[in-house]
Amino acid sequence: MDREIARGLYRQMHFIRRFEEECGAQYAQGRIRGFLHLYIGEEAVGVGAISVLGDDDYVVSHYRDHGHALARGMNPSAVMAELMGKAAGVSGGRGGSMHLFDTARHFMGGYAIVGGQLPIATGLGLAIRRLGQERVVMCFLGDGAVNQGVFHESMNMASLWKLPVVFVLENNLYGMGSHIDRTHAAGRDLFTAADSYNMAAMQVDGMDVVKVREAAAEAAGRARAGRGPVFLEAVTYRFQGHSMADPVQYRANEEVDQWRTRDPISSFIEYALSNDLMGPTDLAELREGVETEVADAVRFAIAAPEPTVESMYGQVYG
Amino acid sequence: MAELQLREAVARGLREALDSDDRVILLGEDIGEYGGAYAVTRGLLSDYGPERVRDTPISEAVIVGASVGAAMGGIRPIAEVMTINFTLLAMDQIVNHAAKLRYMSNGQLSVPMVLRTVTGGGGQLGATHSQSLEGWYANVPGLMVATPATPRDALGLLRTAVGMEDPVIFAEHQLLYGLRGEVPDEPYTIPFGRASVRRRGDDVTLVGYSRMANIAQDAAEILAGRGVEAEVIDLRTLRPLDMQTVLDSVRRTGRALIVEENWRTGGFAAEIAASIQEGAFDDLDGPVGRVGAEEVPFPYNGRLEAAAIPDADRVVSAVASLFGI
Repeated sequence: MDREIARGLYRQMHFIRRFEEECGAQYAQGRIRGFLHLYIGEEAVGVGAISVLGDDDYVVSHYRDHGHALARGMNPSAVMAELMGKAAGVSGGRGGSMHLFDTARHFMGGYAIVGGQLPIATGLGLAIRRLGQERVVMCFLGDGAVNQGVFHESMNMASLWKLPVVFVLENNLYGMGSHIDRTHAAGRDLFTAADSYNMAAMQVDGMDVVKVREAAAEAAGRARAGRGPVFLEAVTYRFQGHSMADPVQYRANEEVDQWRTRDPISSFIEYALSNDLMGPTDLAELREGVETEVADAVRFAIAAPEPTVESMYGQVYG
Repeated sequence: MAELQLREAVARGLREALDSDDRVILLGEDIGEYGGAYAVTRGLLSDYGPERVRDTPISEAVIVGASVGAAMGGIRPIAEVMTINFTLLAMDQIVNHAAKLRYMSNGQLSVPMVLRTVTGGGGQLGATHSQSLEGWYANVPGLMVATPATPRDALGLLRTAVGMEDPVIFAEHQLLYGLRGEVPDEPYTIPFGRASVRRRGDDVTLVGYSRMANIAQDAAEILAGRGVEAEVIDLRTLRPLDMQTVLDSVRRTGRALIVEENWRTGGFAAEIAASIQEGAFDDLDGPVGRVGAEEVPFPYNGRLEAAAIPDADRVVSAVASLFGI
């Protein structure tokens, strides 16, 4: 891995971590309302996977979408403003945390109905096919989505029609408060679901950004080459509750502590330092830059004006 | 001017769409090899090929959801869901996604797709295959709902639908596919949000949509034999809704009766009735009446089914009992 890439991966993961921590703080102060789902602990998945995409590729996400949005290069100030419901938000304050969109970056949305994004990602693949484009779709889903009917419908259609879609399953072991042992009949290896659809599948350590990146590159390459969709399972963990409203009473602190020892960011620092991909100076410099940018985003969002009530009526129809 | 069946008028509209824009694709269950459950798409697969006329698995949610995604990705899908009863399996994609994406993205996304489906009862298909649910979708901002009742309107409305930048639910009535009617040869479209006045009359306004517009027209002929001149309005689209034409008529006749094949409780006729009393209260000579389906799941037995669905005689009786004319 070259040093620039390593710096980029670290910076993005750290940026997302700090951005999310700041979201939590702003939520506590009442500036962010509604449901807020943080990506803390899962940064390696979104950052590693999205890092292999080209500018024209599509990204489709779910309701825990901040990390994907930021990894895709969306403007953090506009994202934070959206979370605060401001006119300068990426969607003018209409979408909120669970519904981020930025078509200029082909970030086609956060989808807040579990599994609802899967048919849509499949359809984007169909459009790519029809238009003869070289793009791929990268569609994120959680382990909970695997139990939705549309999961099976979408996997089947995508594979049947060999559509260029990479399904990235973020298996953080819990669908809201329910451990997969209580919700999945076929055991913990969710990637095996792809076998039913004759779809290529792989499982990767979702706490290891380097491994995620390698697997995603292979998956995207395969999809881009017209060899059909790929199902990539990244096993990961969210360090905080499902949302800010979650008192986290369904899992033991010891379990959380154990996963925290595998923190994707500190693990990557260790890896990068020992492989001479970054030095202590790089770290300090990158962290300082991140602090400034996150603080700027918060300041911008707080100062940004509310949308006007009149603006509510636009864009129902074209 | 050619005389076409409604199914042929829809088929002509589909061919035109495929001919005029390479981005148009058709997808749905058995629309290709089989030729369509109601034979609307017969012959299209051999003429346009499997990339553009796609047989799908029996997976309504992904048929509609993939159409949403494909529309976002720059093509123009026309999806067919075999009956409107089956669209319930895709309701999340229709209501939570297709209808919302332009708005939630503040105009960054649009979903230019047509969802053709088959509505209505009368075919002795039982309770799960006989409902008229288009009024449910008309409740949702972000959707458009078209309900053609004549071959001419079917083609004209479909031409408009395929040019729309927003999702359209296009509900074709199962009993109207064989209906014949004049269809102009020269190009024309029927705009959304413009009702048609099927018949002029000064005594009472009958409002209907889909097959019930035709039933209202039949009732008007019976009423004419009794010296009552009914004005008949076919809404043609439920969203956007042309209340102006309805109100203009009711202000003149002073009497209004709405006919629909849906149940009355929470039905679309209730919306029309409420809007009439809001907009023309002072001009009304009596209560606004509604004729709808009996409040039962539609039974299979032909005699029972016929008794559950409004017909012209029931419309005539309702006019007589409500207005004493």
